[in-house]
Amino acid sequence: MISANLLAIFYLISGILFILALRGLSSPETSRQGNLFGIIGMAIAITVTFLSIDNFSSGFLYVILFLLIGGSIGAFIAFKIPMTAMPELVAGFHSLVGLAAVFVAISAFLSPEVFNLGSSGNIKLASLIEMSIGAAVGAITFSGSIIAFLKLRGLMSGSPITFPGQHILNLLILISIIILTYFLCLNQSPNFFWSLIAISFLVGFLLIIPIGGADMPVVISMLNSYSGWAAAGIGFTLENTALIITGALVGSSGAILSYIMCKGMNRSFFNVILGGFGGTDQTSSKTSKEQKPVKSGNADDAAFLMKNASSVIIVPGYGMAVAQAQHALREMVDSLKKNGVKVSYAIHPVAGRMPGHMNVLLAEANVPYDEVFELEEINNDFANCDVAYVIGANDVTNPVAKTDPQSPIYGMPVLDVEKSKSVLFVKRSLSPGYAGIDNDLFYRDNTLMLFADAKKMTEDIIKNL
Amino acid sequence: MEIDPFIFRLSIFILSIFVGYYVVWSVTPSLHTPLMSVTNAISSVIIVGAIIASLAGTNLSVFNQSSIFGFLAIVLAAINIFGGFLVTQRMLAMYKKKKKDKK
Repeated sequence: MISANLLAIFYLISGILFILALRGLSSPETSRQGNLFGIIGMAIAITVTFLSIDNFSSGFLYVILFLLIGGSIGAFIAFKIPMTAMPELVAGFHSLVGLAAVFVAISAFLSPEVFNLGSSGNIKLASLIEMSIGAAVGAITFSGSIIAFLKLRGLMSGSPITFPGQHILNLLILISIIILTYFLCLNQSPNFFWSLIAISFLVGFLLIIPIGGADMPVVISMLNSYSGWAAAGIGFTLENTALIITGALVGSSGAILSYIMCKGMNRSFFNVILGGFGGTDQTSSKTSKEQKPVKSGNADDAAFLMKNASSVIIVPGYGMAVAQAQHALREMVDSLKKNGVKVSYAIHPVAGRMPGHMNVLLAEANVPYDEVFELEEINNDFANCDVAYVIGANDVTNPVAKTDPQSPIYGMPVLDVEKSKSVLFVKRSLSPGYAGIDNDLFYRDNTLMLFADAKKMTEDIIKNL
Repeated sequence: MEIDPFIFRLSIFILSIFVGYYVVWSVTPSLHTPLMSVTNAISSVIIVGAIIASLAGTNLSVFNQSSIFGFLAIVLAAINIFGGFLVTQRMLAMYKKKKKDKK
């Protein structure tokens, strides 16, 4: 049994270690140490919580047991999961944080005396409000993440699901949450508490179904942020500093990532949340659907072009992840390097299905991270580069974003792929990308389309090098 | 007049948001995926609430209405803690610099 003050200081220490864990991620060299800080912080928080409990009833054994069960499931998943499945893994993990927050809030509501929050039916008003916020945000995080998980995993269509009156319905539900919280505070009836949670689950569900697959980077970041706010809400209820600090850190982290992702698509946050983007407004593409000449080539042509180039820039996108082409790609780059070709990689902020998705896949394929560049760092280099190899990316290379104010992606920052001497565009067909618009790049004189699966094409090129 | 402890917690909360803001902006974009998985892991510090909740029962009945929710929350949070930190570790181990003597 340790004193409440000492306990609070230890929670503060673990909060600081969590800050250092995030700080470590400012560069890959310090990141591993940062992760270690995070683990230590977590160990401290759990250990001192055990020490703070004075009556070690037999319940304690069960705590250890359940901790180990959860821990082994988590460890198993962490070792088994392929890197291409990271987006859905993260979405799945968010749902667990959300649900855990809901459970803790329920437990606190049912037995407030355990947490020193008053007695059942007579909970302190402030705690009750904090508890409701924690439970509601947790429930939204849970159901929202489940939908995101299903969409990312392909178990549910990635296209946006919209119906008339959607926004009005969401608004009504939000108002009813506030009303329910008010009545809950008035008479502390469990019925209001249960309805509040149920309705919050519904909000999370309704919030994510209208959002299309290409907007997943924003959704994932947003849910990341929500899971933080849920934790902070519970932290206020339990008067726990570690939880408050962590919740605030995670909440702002997710918010910043959402902001970066929205900026990468030149869309406002509300525009993404209100949903319905992709597949719905194809009017602008229909007008330009007349047959335009396309040059297409084979692996032999591509190999010839690249072998004789002095510099090549690779532009990977979600298609590379789908085709699992990252290892083949690295082999191709290795043989190019043997021929004295300078190769670098260009990553658009929203390439893939979550922030940093492409970087992880390239790292998995042993691509050194100092060959991988962000949009702002590399965009000027396209003008001096001989070949741009676009593999699985589409909308992020579309020059229309710079030229056509009518286009739905107008103003979105794009990679200036068309400025390189020749463009090799690996794609299965001429179909438009997620934004539902035709890519002007396909019809440029310096573009050679390589119609094939990304992995197969890359392997064929290696054979021809 | 005494200050409500809530105000202190609110101060910690607001200051932490600012700390988070500046720390996260300094995270390199190539590590945004590990950032998400590690924030996932640390937000599972909610397990401390779950542990307290799970001990709501008595020696006679370990499992009552509210301790069951606590135990469930422990399992969920533990999956996240172990899963989150380990998968982050796994990812970070893959980020390597270019070797000078490659070939």
